[in-house]
Amino acid sequence: MIPTKEEMIKALEERHGKETQNRFFAATVAICGLGGLGSNIAVSLARAGIGKLILIDFDRVDITNLHRQQYKAAQIGEYKTEALRQNLQEIAPYVEIETHAVRMEEGNIEGLLKEADIICEAFDKAHMKAMLVNTVLEKLPQTVLISGSGMAGFGSANSIKTRKVMKHFYLCGDEISDVNDGIGLVSSRVMLCAAHEAHKVLQILSGAEVK
Amino acid sequence: MVKVNGDNLNIAGKSIREYLASTNYDITRIAVERNGDIVPKAQYGETVLVDGDSVEVVSFVGGG
Repeated sequence: MIPTKEEMIKALEERHGKETQNRFFAATVAICGLGGLGSNIAVSLARAGIGKLILIDFDRVDITNLHRQQYKAAQIGEYKTEALRQNLQEIAPYVEIETHAVRMEEGNIEGLLKEADIICEAFDKAHMKAMLVNTVLEKLPQTVLISGSGMAGFGSANSIKTRKVMKHFYLCGDEISDVNDGIGLVSSRVMLCAAHEAHKVLQILSGAEVK
Repeated sequence: MVKVNGDNLNIAGKSIREYLASTNYDITRIAVERNGDIVPKAQYGETVLVDGDSVEVVSFVGGG
């Protein structure tokens, strides 16, 4: 039996406090890339009761994604946008979800992201991360941007960090561990980095961030 | 002196493009911040570093 919207709101308010929860409900967060980072960020934010999630990824679920991404074996071949929408709606049925199954490029970024209060960069390719970060910081300088870089391999969990690079721009990860060095991606360490990104979103929205 | 990622370097008078050309950075994988603001890629050539500037080059790695 799926709880009513009122029951879900009440449960979230009990956990986070009414004032904080109202800030979460009022927020729109965009997630760029729905792989190991993005799908895990989305689950955290949907559970926390963020009002609206904008999910962007051109790709489909592949068997090689299942070891770290929040998809199910039966969803192989589906667009990640639709598969994740379905999974999030099972977890948090009253979160508003907007999806775009498109490849992000300099020309469409502003249009896709202009409604977002906070943007999470969650791509896997380094040049795509750089392209998104450069474009957002140039074209949407008032929007908070949180990016992830460096979470490959079996290195220490404790080396994944969040730091403020500049006003409105945060970077999560160890900034070193490159998947191209042949060290692979492990679910636990990717989830740590995703959790850093999601936590920075919630911390900023809650107003608890130390300036 | 210009501070780059915490190190004082004697590169005042160089453009950001000239500085980057002297390093191993892959220009397709970086973002450059100068005195708290992003430097648009199109302005790397015309942005000349001056004494006292503080620059950070963020270099992204793959995986996500």
